[in-house]
Amino acid sequence: MDKLNITHLAKLSQLALSDSERAHVEQDLAHIIDMVDHMASVDTNSVEPLAHPLDAVQRLRPDEVTEEVNRNRFQRGAPATEAGLYLVPRVIE
Amino acid sequence: MNDWEPAIGLEVHVQLATHSKIFSGTSTAFGAAPNTQANAVDLGLPGVLPVLNEAAVRMAVTFGLAIGAEVNRRSVFDRKNYFYPDLPKGYQISQFEHPIVGPGHLRITMEDGSARDIGITRAHLEEDAGKSVHDAIPGMTGVDLNRTGTPLLEVVSDPDLRTAEEAGAYFRTLHALVKALRICDGDLSQGSMRCDANVSVRKTGDEKLGERTEIKNINSFRFVELAVRHEIGRQIDILEAGGAIERETRQFDADEGVTRPMRTKEYSEDYRYFPDPDLLPVEVTDELIDSIRASMPELPEVRAGRYRDELALSAYDAGRLAADPDVADYFDAVYAVCGEAKLSANWILGELAASLNRDTLSIEDSPVPASQLGLLISRVADDTLSNSAASTVFATLWSAGEGDVDEIIAAQGLRQMNDSSALEQVVAEVLTNHPEQAAQFRDGKEKILGFLVGQVMKATQGKANPRQVNELLREALK
Repeated sequence: MDKLNITHLAKLSQLALSDSERAHVEQDLAHIIDMVDHMASVDTNSVEPLAHPLDAVQRLRPDEVTEEVNRNRFQRGAPATEAGLYLVPRVIE
Repeated sequence: MNDWEPAIGLEVHVQLATHSKIFSGTSTAFGAAPNTQANAVDLGLPGVLPVLNEAAVRMAVTFGLAIGAEVNRRSVFDRKNYFYPDLPKGYQISQFEHPIVGPGHLRITMEDGSARDIGITRAHLEEDAGKSVHDAIPGMTGVDLNRTGTPLLEVVSDPDLRTAEEAGAYFRTLHALVKALRICDGDLSQGSMRCDANVSVRKTGDEKLGERTEIKNINSFRFVELAVRHEIGRQIDILEAGGAIERETRQFDADEGVTRPMRTKEYSEDYRYFPDPDLLPVEVTDELIDSIRASMPELPEVRAGRYRDELALSAYDAGRLAADPDVADYFDAVYAVCGEAKLSANWILGELAASLNRDTLSIEDSPVPASQLGLLISRVADDTLSNSAASTVFATLWSAGEGDVDEIIAAQGLRQMNDSSALEQVVAEVLTNHPEQAAQFRDGKEKILGFLVGQVMKATQGKANPRQVNELLREALK
């Protein structure tokens, strides 16, 4: 296992970490990885991977439009909207 | 150039033609006012539960059967985690390790008639993201989430394509297939099919593929070819100069015809895929597969083959008709009326296609129904109408949006003169009035015949049969 790249993980998770938090998180994650390593040492070759704890299959719904959208109601909780759009700080790829 | 061999794989996102979204009962109709088709499930509000749309599953299975793939009896939805404003949940529900459709293949036919099977690695179901609007509000990005949750089938090809032309042919063939299956409306201008191209080059003979780049969001047949061609050239230039290709995501700039870097490519572990606990594994039963198999429409390749073999159409005409199921259905209806395959193909791919194009109409909205075009072609075939008179009848039907071919022929006096004694008289008059030209023809100036035919046509107001006029003139000039 490579040394943890906390900066990269924080970026993927959209988390701003201070230096002291970073050290703390690094230690925490190292423990978690130890635990996962421990789990990985168990022989699971004959065990089928679990996709869901319930032993059931997905129910399907018929392809029908059943929802009316009240935009005003949904946008009441948004910090900024204009012309029906949700506004966010400028994103340019 | 011959030292390098390109390897191209396409990932095509096919928007499935369902009425409602993949996990909610909101409408998927295109063009609504922003955010009027995004409900609590689509917005990813706390406490909501996605429930899978049955039609999306049927459509994915239909596609799997059409490409000869193994349809997986059990598939699993995963969360693909990343942050972008048009993805409100912070993850996209997709399928990673257990897609609904396993390996299959798609046969592409090139212009020279050569055909090749292109491997399809997999096809999986997922939800579409919303749209970011960068230019509407100064200094801000606007987000419209209407598209969020629209069902997508992502079709991933093997890196089997070797040229830009093959990449274009693959995209076109896939387009014709999903339209024929009626699982996608195929409207590229509305983003109904969007393509990412993975491009790499390697030394000819090398086993291992070179490092690849991914060109994102190509939305036309022509752009696929242009983007891939440019990217192959760019990579070869770098490698020839001793450089190395960097794995990255690029975008195609259609105005400049070049690809540009967008961002360094994420690796799949960066997406932290894990099974979505909100959704149970999807089961596809034998009964479902059997019922879909029983109602499979005729595939474009089969239909084109039938037109070639049974109706003796050229490979080119057959391919063009079969590429769009609506055009092919229209052709079948016209042919059923007139029994003239070649003439029907000519009219549909010529005058009708040009008129539809001019008025930006689709063939379902054609003002001239197949029954009337069939009748019109019958009247050409039985010599009632000359080609120019037929064009007049067609234009009349088109602009009126209704009417009957035989009534128009009668009302406008367009019936072709097939009475040879009347025609002989006109021919004689024309020759008397143009003795000079008649003499020139007799001296061996063959070309002058066209002038004389023109005079006869003029004298009969276009109603004479040009072939018959030709024969009568030659006879009279002997």
